[in-house]
Amino acid sequence: MLCPECGKRPATLHYTKIVNGIKTELHLCEFCAQEKGLDYMPGFESGGFSFHQLLSGLLNLDPPSGPKGRAVRDGQGSFRCTTCGLTYNQFSKVGRFGCADCYKAFRDRLEPLLRRIHGHSTHRGKIPSRNLGEIKIRRQLEKLKHELALRIQAEEFEEAARLRDRIRELQQRLKQ
Amino acid sequence: MSLEHFMRKAISEWMRVKGPQSDIVFSSRVRIARNLRGLPFPMLATASQAEEVARRVEEAVRNAANRHPLLQDAVFVKMNDLTDLERRVLVEKHLISPMLAEESRHGAVILSRDESVSIMINEEDHIRIQVLYPGLQPEKAWEAASSIDDWLEQYLPFAFDEDTGYLTSCPTNVGTGIRSSVMVHLPALAMTQQLGRLFPAITQVGLAVRGIYGEGSEALGQLYQVSNQVTLGQSEEEIIDNLQGVVRQMIEHEQAARRKLLELSRVQLDDRVHRSYGILAHSRIIDSKEAMMRLSDVRLGIDLGLIRGVSANVMNELMVMTQPGFLQQYAGQRLSAEQRDVRRAKLIRERLELERQSS
Ligand SMILES: [Zn+2]
Ligand SMILES: [Zn+2]
Repeated sequence: MLCPECGKRPATLHYTKIVNGIKTELHLCEFCAQEKGLDYMPGFESGGFSFHQLLSGLLNLDPPSGPKGRAVRDGQGSFRCTTCGLTYNQFSKVGRFGCADCYKAFRDRLEPLLRRIHGHSTHRGKIPSRNLGEIKIRRQLEKLKHELALRIQAEEFEEAARLRDRIRELQQRLKQ
Repeated sequence: MSLEHFMRKAISEWMRVKGPQSDIVFSSRVRIARNLRGLPFPMLATASQAEEVARRVEEAVRNAANRHPLLQDAVFVKMNDLTDLERRVLVEKHLISPMLAEESRHGAVILSRDESVSIMINEEDHIRIQVLYPGLQPEKAWEAASSIDDWLEQYLPFAFDEDTGYLTSCPTNVGTGIRSSVMVHLPALAMTQQLGRLFPAITQVGLAVRGIYGEGSEALGQLYQVSNQVTLGQSEEEIIDNLQGVVRQMIEHEQAARRKLLELSRVQLDDRVHRSYGILAHSRIIDSKEAMMRLSDVRLGIDLGLIRGVSANVMNELMVMTQPGFLQQYAGQRLSAEQRDVRRAKLIRERLELERQSS
């Protein structure tokens, strides 16, 4: 079902409130729940599978650490992905990310989690062929930068200038 | 609808082929999760973003200069264009997930003609490529799924990170995005009460075991799904090898248990499988739990040569056809649980009668 508050996103959070014997059911998306300050309500249940609840148990064990990449701390002290707006708190409740950039935004906190789920945190599988070129260029860039530093140290400026141009050229290609 | 026609509908073409180790392994499945770069995952996608995902995947598959050989006559089906019952039938055939059927927005599926390939759109991830093969051949299923992945990648940019691999909505799928699973029938291990020792060992090597068609992890008909849990830090080939190695050991244990049963209690076993056959052939009311249990017994009886004149495939067919969605489709109407139990018994009797006539 769609979130009745914004009518845009799916309502993934459902809970029941009883005030003075009157029962009201609330269905909201992550965003509107956050907006309403319901994020921290006790007895709050995510609409995901029990598996995701189990996962959130794991997530809450993570020690808090500083943000890196694209995460910013919002007013309530939670880390937020600037691309999709998901906070780490929200993620720890539903066990799912909002977008691919969440991986960068929550990188520091994610690493221990990934190691706990998979026993590893680095990909060793398939690479999409369109990324192969990019990855090759990036590896080459690292090598050239290292060499450049050595040339400058040795005061071989002519060679260093040549390396600098080559680095610029590769960086340009990465941007395209 | 005639029973013969209905049978053809229930059984995907790929199921009719006998696969390796098919007396114990029913099917092998590989699923690959992929997401389009630059669009939020389905959970946070707006209606128009979800629509865009569906449109782009459909366009890629329809307009590709040279279609993937496995997708030559593929059809594109939107969940919104199907009735509840039609969606349910696709779930019962394992072609789509319950999540796609029930919760997805702008959910769709691309189905190959033989139904061995299904590409789910806007499930938990933007794209889930699924390949099903009969018997124990997860590596073949992986090769097929991977080639479809390569082919799609020419037209669609996937969210990928050098360190973390393919980026998925749930961190349990990240990296390779691959989930490979094998459906095994383990009646002898169940009868000899060895599953309680076997399953914990399996989970220790990074695999998971689930019962199928049951609520939660309850197994019906002693059918279990064994799948990889780890998706990050291992190559796809290592993941498949690990699964295949463990399943081979399970097969050996099951075969040993079957031999032991035949050796030590042949008469009791013979009696049990024939009683189950008798109930299937003659009952007037049967619930799905009992039906699956009896079908499991009869299937074991066929595999051990105790029951003759019934093909093993009949069991596979009936396990699909007696599910609620199929029963209601066959009846052409909605049915209550009680009505279904009566219809189920009738359908099984008719199917077994047909088998008697043809053998
Ligand atoms: Zn909302
Ligand atoms: Zn995000």
